Amino acid sequence: MLEKPKVAFYWCASCGGCEEAVVDLAEAILDVVAAVDIVFWPVALDFKRKDVEAMADGSILVSFVNGAIRTSEQAEMANLLRSKSKLLVALGSCSHLGGIPGLANLFDRESILNAVYLESPSTVNPEGSLPATHHKDDGHSVELPRFYNAVQALNQVVEVDYYVPGCPPTPRIFRTALQTLLGDELPTKGTVLAPDHALCDECPRKDTKPERLSIVEFKRPQQLLIDEQKCLLAQGLLCMGPATRAGCEALCVRGNMPCSGCCGPTSRVKDQGAKMLSSLASLVEGKEEAEIDRILATIPDPVGTFYRYSLPASLLHRKKLDRASLHEPAASK
Amino acid sequence: MRNRELTRPEKSQATFEPRIVAFFCNWCTYLAADLAGTSRMKYAPNVRVIRVMCSGRVDPQFVLDAFAHGADGVFIGGCHPGDCHYQEGNYKTLRRFHLLKRVLQQMGIEDERCRLEWISAAEADRVRSTINDMVEKVRALGPLDLIPTEEKVSAEEVAV
Amino acid sequence: MPEIRSPVDGANHEPPRIGVYVCHCGTNIAGTVDVKAVTEYAAKLPGVVVSREYKYMCSDPGQALIQQDISEHNVNRVVVASCSPLLHEPTFRRVLSRAGINSFFLQMVNIREHVSWVHLDKQAATEKTKDLVRAAVRRVALHKPLQKRRVPINPNVLVVGGGIAGIHAALTLADAGKQVYLVEREPTIGGHMAKFDKTFPTLDCAACILTPKMTSVGSHPHITLWTYSEIVKVEGYVGNYKVQVKRKPRYIHEDLCIGCQECITACVYKEGKTPDQFNLGLSKRKPVYLPFPQAVPQKVVIDPETCIQFKSGKCKKTCVEACGERQAIDFTQTEKFEEIEVGTIILATGFKTFDASRHPYYGYGRYPNVYTSLEVERLINAAGPTGGEVVLRDGTRPKSVGIIHCVGSRDANTNRWCSKVCCMYSLKLAHLIKERTGAEVYNFYIDMRTPGKGYEEFYDRLLDEGVHFVRGRVAEVSDWAVHPSEEGKLVIRAEDTLAAFVRRIPVDMVVLSVGLEPQADAQEVRRLFNISCSTEGWFLERHPKLAPVSTFTEGVFIAGACQGPKDIPDSVAQAGAAAAEALALIDAQFVELEPYTAFVSEEECSGCKSCIPLCPYQAISFVEDKKKAAINEVLCKGCGTCVAACPSGSIQQNFFEDDEIFEEIEGVLAYA
Repeated sequence: MLEKPKVAFYWCASCGGCEEAVVDLAEAILDVVAAVDIVFWPVALDFKRKDVEAMADGSILVSFVNGAIRTSEQAEMANLLRSKSKLLVALGSCSHLGGIPGLANLFDRESILNAVYLESPSTVNPEGSLPATHHKDDGHSVELPRFYNAVQALNQVVEVDYYVPGCPPTPRIFRTALQTLLGDELPTKGTVLAPDHALCDECPRKDTKPERLSIVEFKRPQQLLIDEQKCLLAQGLLCMGPATRAGCEALCVRGNMPCSGCCGPTSRVKDQGAKMLSSLASLVEGKEEAEIDRILATIPDPVGTFYRYSLPASLLHRKKLDRASLHEPAASK
Repeated sequence: MRNRELTRPEKSQATFEPRIVAFFCNWCTYLAADLAGTSRMKYAPNVRVIRVMCSGRVDPQFVLDAFAHGADGVFIGGCHPGDCHYQEGNYKTLRRFHLLKRVLQQMGIEDERCRLEWISAAEADRVRSTINDMVEKVRALGPLDLIPTEEKVSAEEVAV
Repeated sequence: MPEIRSPVDGANHEPPRIGVYVCHCGTNIAGTVDVKAVTEYAAKLPGVVVSREYKYMCSDPGQALIQQDISEHNVNRVVVASCSPLLHEPTFRRVLSRAGINSFFLQMVNIREHVSWVHLDKQAATEKTKDLVRAAVRRVALHKPLQKRRVPINPNVLVVGGGIAGIHAALTLADAGKQVYLVEREPTIGGHMAKFDKTFPTLDCAACILTPKMTSVGSHPHITLWTYSEIVKVEGYVGNYKVQVKRKPRYIHEDLCIGCQECITACVYKEGKTPDQFNLGLSKRKPVYLPFPQAVPQKVVIDPETCIQFKSGKCKKTCVEACGERQAIDFTQTEKFEEIEVGTIILATGFKTFDASRHPYYGYGRYPNVYTSLEVERLINAAGPTGGEVVLRDGTRPKSVGIIHCVGSRDANTNRWCSKVCCMYSLKLAHLIKERTGAEVYNFYIDMRTPGKGYEEFYDRLLDEGVHFVRGRVAEVSDWAVHPSEEGKLVIRAEDTLAAFVRRIPVDMVVLSVGLEPQADAQEVRRLFNISCSTEGWFLERHPKLAPVSTFTEGVFIAGACQGPKDIPDSVAQAGAAAAEALALIDAQFVELEPYTAFVSEEECSGCKSCIPLCPYQAISFVEDKKKAAINEVLCKGCGTCVAACPSGSIQQNFFEDDEIFEEIEGVLAYA
């Protein structure tokens, strides 16, 4: 009997939703398990890092890595899996684009650590201890992962072969991706394994979008009773569908919520947020600056809206850092 | 890998010469810049002009790409409101610019680094004065100095 | 349907072999840019196989150099670093075509207008040039083969403005057999020239030379003359303009009125009560009137503001009675809109004169005997309000007249420009006033500007005739007598800069030589026709020397004083030039347009419709059966606004594709 292809899963900075997505394959997972040999999956199976280190380079066929890269440990694991795998696949928005954790790129490390370890109301930390990379206690010393200055998408740390988009990838996207990867003909390296057009194409409300949309106000979902049939942009909701890759079958829109852009841009777009803002702003009414500003002010958080999943993968990557903020926080005593 | 080019020399404030990328529309601002030339007006050599047919062609991605690749400022020049060679392209530019500016603010990029000016084909002197003014303002701000990648950050941190 | 042929099928898959050509432009570029260093730098850039410098790239040997490299070194992409692409891009594209490669495999780098002419620091200019060349090299490697679009030219021409320039252009074109629409805002053609009695320097009678041309216009089989009409909408593009013309009601059936003017005689008003515009208010006219005796068309007009029938509806309508069977008068007429299709447009909308009351210290509007030069033109005119008598408001002849030059010209407070015609017309008026009245005439001037055939000689003649000339800008005109000889006179106070003392010269009449200004609605008009204005408001020519009657909008030409102050000979010459430019287009039968149109990639478009409302030309439509957007290349003008707005990057613009621009951005910023 031929040896089954080896597959690995790993998670970095993520919520665990992508792991759920794998499990969401439901019965289909049995076929997957039958077809492949899972050699590493910390969330489900008891393999250790040293098991992976012991493998020969390139011995894993596909490693699926979800989650963004926030710490040195995640970067190390990404590198490790890269060298052990023929194909490294970024699974889910965080790994693909930086994802929701990537919004932390609007802050520098110091303010994040301060907020979490010193300032948050539920924190009790009278000594003001902050995470450190070296810790000595009772004659023992431990090395801890370093908290990077920025969240990165997987491909900003290692070379990535394919991307499975979505937050999380829908079972259909994941299943199709899996079939493609285990199939005979691999797509061009770097391909995002989902259709390369925008979501509107598969949106059930496509026909209700007017040809001449003119925006006078953006509304937030709680501000109106959302019509379940009509195009959400036409209702004044900021739906990212036009700038977001299809494949999810407009799951959110079917749930009567606007698309928030998790599948990222099409291959022709470098910066999803810039493209969406360009498109939407062009449709805003008004020729006077005050009028334009009044309408645009109804988008309270442009970066959080247009770059919800893609800030680290965007052209600017993160908020401009002050060089002075780059130093390591003082080690705890 | 999408790592940014790291070949850029370290910028020091003392020898800092701002690099500004400009997008000029073919019918107004580009012509005004040509006229500044034929009129032998002198202005700072820090701007690199990219010609587009209309300021409406300026995709906000272009502005971000310029910043990401080391521009210290971006200058968009178009026809005056009502004067667009293509009727309304400049209004779209104006709207995008206003939203883009808010994104840039959130991203910590100072206001003076991105500028939109309406300069008609006859206003050669405004090309000169705007470029000079912008170069001085950006010079005062210093290099944009976007810290490019985590690797570079790490290297510096090790040194700390 | 215009023939459209872009983009070319089948991209060029050969790896780029780039030739870089850096022009010295004599010392224009080489004086500020180290051309040799740039050439050597370019030679090392990826993809570059040849890098050369040459004294004048645009010269025949320069062009041959490129052509030779294309055939001998298999160069398939060309970067020319020289002057503005707006100047020589066509030249170098032709070189590529001649050498057998697609002409759009060219990228120009503007290192003269944008570098050498605007910078002093040679090192900085050289570095900037390197950056721009590097960007062009990177960009040109991505260029795709394209072909210009060919569109047919509608042979009909629209001429806007019926002054001497518009008349001459219309006649030239009509005599060549083209159908011309001449649209004039006033009820008659003739413009300013029709108001003059004589023209400088020959002193021939303006009416004698203008009237025959006006009547030719009125009767020409190829001219459709619409007076009392205005352009309200212009759509389309070179060769194919659609124009909407508003025809104001003159309450007269133009086809029925024979110009007998019996209605005017019969009007219930025995005397005119309304200031006559044509005579600048120096006489009165009735509600029904003919602007002036030689008006073309010879059709009366009814002014509804003053006509009793319009005001009360209770007029005896003696005019209708007088018109009798002809029934030319129609009080129910309303404005009409006509749609015409033309291929080319000539704008000859003229000028207005400076409002002399903006200089209160010259007393215009305060002292009755301060006139503008145009008013005096009417006084001198035999058909004018005084039958050619130069008289003061009280009807007496002036014994002394002061002519003040440069009113509203060469003045930092009003208009900086020289109006060009005032010195000469002031001399003409001086001559005519002296001839008609025998008065002492004083000219107050800053400089006498008399360049032109026979102009300086005319000035000499005036000096001989005993007209006085005082060099100095007049400070003030007042009626404040400080000496008995000044009682009842207007006193002109000016520094005589030749004699170096301040003079007070009492005169009976003051003539203000008002300057020329752009029409009050020049801005609206230029927007209508999509052309530019200079900062002063004159219509902007495509090139001040080499394309003086063309504009930046293909197929729209300018002639006469709408482009800047001009005398009659220059206006007529420009009108002829504009007509010739239009004829050249018409006779070519088609025009080639840049292929910079946008296109939707059908398989990539999601049908989100975001682009559709953005196009001002309605070039983008939603194709229902495919549920995708599509761009009609004929209607697309190539601005690229939809390209920048397509949220999924599924629209591109020929020659300005995203990748090409990104390459240029990253190219100028890359450090080598």
